[in-house]
Amino acid sequence: MDFSIASILTLDGVTNGAIYALLALATVLVFAITRVIFIAQGEFVAYGAITLAMLQNGNPVGSFWQRHGDLPGTVWLLLAVALIAVVVDSVRGSGRGLGADQLLKDAAKTLAVPVLVFAVAWFAGPRGWPLWAQSLFTLAVVTPLGPLVYRLAYEPVADASVLVLLIVSVGVHFALTGLGLVFFGAEGFRNPSFWDERFQIGAMTVSGQAIIIFIASIALMAALFVFFELTLRGKALRATAVNRLGARLMGISTSGAGKLTLGLAAFMGALSGLLIGPTTTVFYDSGFLIGLKGFVAAIFGGLASYPAAVLGALFVGVLESFGSFWASAFKEVIVFTVIIPVLLWRSFLHGHDDEE
Amino acid sequence: MAALFAAGAAQADITIGVVLPLTGPGNGLGIPVNNYIKLWPTSIAGEKLNVIVLDDASDPTKGVQNAKKLVTEDKVDVLVGSAVTPVAIAMAGVAAEAQTVQLMMSPANLPAGKDTWSFRLPQSNAVMAHALIEHMKKKGIKQIGFLGYTDAYGEGWLNDFKAESAKLGGPQIVAVERFARPDTSVTAQALKLVSANPPAILVVASGSGAAMPHKGLIERGYKGTIYQTHAAASRDLVRIGGKDVEGSFVVSGPAVAPEQLPDSHPSKKLALDFVQKYEKAYGAGSRNQFGAHGYDAAIVLEKVVPVALKAGKPGTQAFRSALRDAIENMGRTVLSQGVVTYSKDNHWGFTTETGVILKVVKGEWDVEN
Repeated sequence: MDFSIASILTLDGVTNGAIYALLALATVLVFAITRVIFIAQGEFVAYGAITLAMLQNGNPVGSFWQRHGDLPGTVWLLLAVALIAVVVDSVRGSGRGLGADQLLKDAAKTLAVPVLVFAVAWFAGPRGWPLWAQSLFTLAVVTPLGPLVYRLAYEPVADASVLVLLIVSVGVHFALTGLGLVFFGAEGFRNPSFWDERFQIGAMTVSGQAIIIFIASIALMAALFVFFELTLRGKALRATAVNRLGARLMGISTSGAGKLTLGLAAFMGALSGLLIGPTTTVFYDSGFLIGLKGFVAAIFGGLASYPAAVLGALFVGVLESFGSFWASAFKEVIVFTVIIPVLLWRSFLHGHDDEE
Repeated sequence: MAALFAAGAAQADITIGVVLPLTGPGNGLGIPVNNYIKLWPTSIAGEKLNVIVLDDASDPTKGVQNAKKLVTEDKVDVLVGSAVTPVAIAMAGVAAEAQTVQLMMSPANLPAGKDTWSFRLPQSNAVMAHALIEHMKKKGIKQIGFLGYTDAYGEGWLNDFKAESAKLGGPQIVAVERFARPDTSVTAQALKLVSANPPAILVVASGSGAAMPHKGLIERGYKGTIYQTHAAASRDLVRIGGKDVEGSFVVSGPAVAPEQLPDSHPSKKLALDFVQKYEKAYGAGSRNQFGAHGYDAAIVLEKVVPVALKAGKPGTQAFRSALRDAIENMGRTVLSQGVVTYSKDNHWGFTTETGVILKVVKGEWDVEN
């Protein structure tokens, strides 16, 4: 282990850490506002990466999707989930005695984005587009899934305990993974690099992809900061995080806050997926482990502090990289064992607080 | 009850129960086998074939349930499956209990005495390692690095390769590194292997997961030879690996590239026949290892059923036992994937004539002779 190897490992760790940081931020964000421990965060990563791959190379030959316009499976999935949400909404709405025009209005609201996405995919055929346009389209496909997931899985039990919400999250994780297998198949995908340039700095080779990862992560963190500090909607979200009942009394919709939050989480997940697509092979079930590392990083900040979560993520990335170097067979063990001393240290520091 | 017996006696069809992962993570292996089973002959030795296919969803519990249903309710004469190792192992217990031959579609290791009714149609790692080691010896490679999955497949290859290499006086493994399928990078492992700098590295991974470690080694500037195992011998390696896998070597059964086999290769004729039939039904370039295992199962049945029919009618225990004895005594048999010689103590079958080394040249397989 000399300086040059250490620097290469550190760079590799920080690059992966930047992605874990996005996921850790999303995890903290969702927990702070909805009290949901969102372990399905990683699924959006796989969805993002594979959607882009399908736009690039088309679907597996002979699959249903390939025979029907060759749209990525996620486009169909989004439409299907939106339709289910409309049915659920209508049933509940008519139970509450809403009029037909109101029901139609709600349905139109739910369906607007999915139908628009589907129409763009169906008529414009994004398969021939340049890479950046396909990436934007991918974000447009995966992001609306977030609010729909909230609507179907969490909203009916929004006031339940943290434990119940965690159990629902486990269900959501399995459902999204299973759907991933149905819509993408069992094979892995790899995306082309956004930027093939390489820069030599001493012993380190910094790839263009790594630079893009850093820029995207930092830009997103800055955007989140601006959103929560300077916009009314961001402040409303923070208010929800501090006190749900108080926020409702002030006329802030907690259900709207939940949908917006999961939309942000889906967006961050899909963005992470676009960023790691070129560096690894992504399978329908790859997201879980990546999301779990983001979760470990979020634990560093006690699921409450954004800066601590980012530092935790960088630490997890670097630890993983050095762990792979020293004992590659025990890498995961090393990463996930670190959570124990962190939890101990946190509980000594803060004692038990029973507030939810 | 009496009516049931009468029906059973009147129908002396041969019933074959197939259990395969048609869904779940193993479906990439199960679907090709099932694809070929759809092309099986409708009768063998004048007896009608009745094939029942059930999905095990890559789950051992489901596999056992299916196998139990097939042996008790359908009274099958032969079980075929599964294509994923854990399910195949679980089914072996049912096959032994029901004294029914099981043709495994996975190279599953079973403890001695547990596989008396189970025969494997895929090649063992040891047989494939043999071909790799011979190739390495020919190229004068004395030391290799190892980069493999942290699971049963990686572990199995490591042990089988070591044992086989010691036997043949092949290369020493000087560095062992592991990774997991969902890993986002193998930079650290590749660094370590590149700094040990063995002249060749063996990557042990499967399907499309085999490309990522390969690319990682190239990215870190590894200049030596890279070898891949037979689980990586699919179009996915080239599809995802692109130019980084150029010039590397993959071991495989002969069925994947029969056109280039030398005419002296025993499997050439059958492998060509398999590719022609399979691609006619499923499109050019659809050939694969597991479809060929399905093809080979039919060859084995065509050879042993006529022998077993002399001992009893289909549906009877006498017939089932005779099938097992016939497979154990069928002698040297050429299949599309190589040559098998099953015996009482050897239910692996494949001889060392099976492994073919393919080189990736311009994104295509090139057989090394």
